[in-house]
Amino acid sequence: MSGTPQRSSGPGRLLIAVYAVFALAASARAGVQIATKFDEAPVAYLLSAFAALVYIVATVAFARPGAAARGVALAAVTVELLGVLTVGTVTAFDPGDFPDDTVWSLYGRGYGFVPLVLPVLGLLWLRRTWSADRGVSESP
Amino acid sequence: MVAVVDWAVIVASLAYAAWALVAVVRNRPPREPYVVGAGVVELLILIQAVVAVVLMIADGTPEETATFIGYLLMNLIIVPLGLFWALAEKSRWGTSVLVVAALVVPVLVVRMQQLWDAGAA
Repeated sequence: MSGTPQRSSGPGRLLIAVYAVFALAASARAGVQIATKFDEAPVAYLLSAFAALVYIVATVAFARPGAAARGVALAAVTVELLGVLTVGTVTAFDPGDFPDDTVWSLYGRGYGFVPLVLPVLGLLWLRRTWSADRGVSESP
Repeated sequence: MVAVVDWAVIVASLAYAAWALVAVVRNRPPREPYVVGAGVVELLILIQAVVAVVLMIADGTPEETATFIGYLLMNLIIVPLGLFWALAEKSRWGTSVLVVAALVVPVLVVRMQQLWDAGAA
């Protein structure tokens, strides 16, 4: 009965909700930045857009069943973790390269460090649910 | 913006989040009272949005108008989206989605207030 939980149910429901909030927030922020003041800090704004894309992909991949979506989710969450660590470290030591904030600046401090915690929870949840798709597709 | 309306939204959304959190702790799925509660919170958000738009037309726009409108729109959709996503999950995790959605609201309102006050100064 119990088995491996599905990615989009149980705690996954909450995880996807938080991802969706970040997908929305990052997209809106990047959209406004690029539309109204792109020349001020093009690198930071392109990075904002990239972060938004990663959150959108992760949200959709977590919500969809199947092994393919699982792989996409793993890739997105890995990129997200590397992104927040890289951008966080760069902005902590030399904020000059990023004159305006992104979601990942200072390890996501502007967002209560949720951007730092989220990919870790995402990876843990993927590990927890890893065999769920196999269970569905290969069950006799 | 109008402080009374802002505070009504903030207090209502925080109260709703706390209420839903109690249900999460007690292992309850999202039930009808939570749909009604979400409706009340959404109604206040709608009133706040209308007031903000009227004020923008009457008194001029706040600092970073595009960002302000972005917050305004996100505030309008977050509770309905959260409810939609929560109701499909018949466990405490569904209710926990309501907590998250409700907690985003006061953050957005405070950010809107900051932009508004920066524009007024």
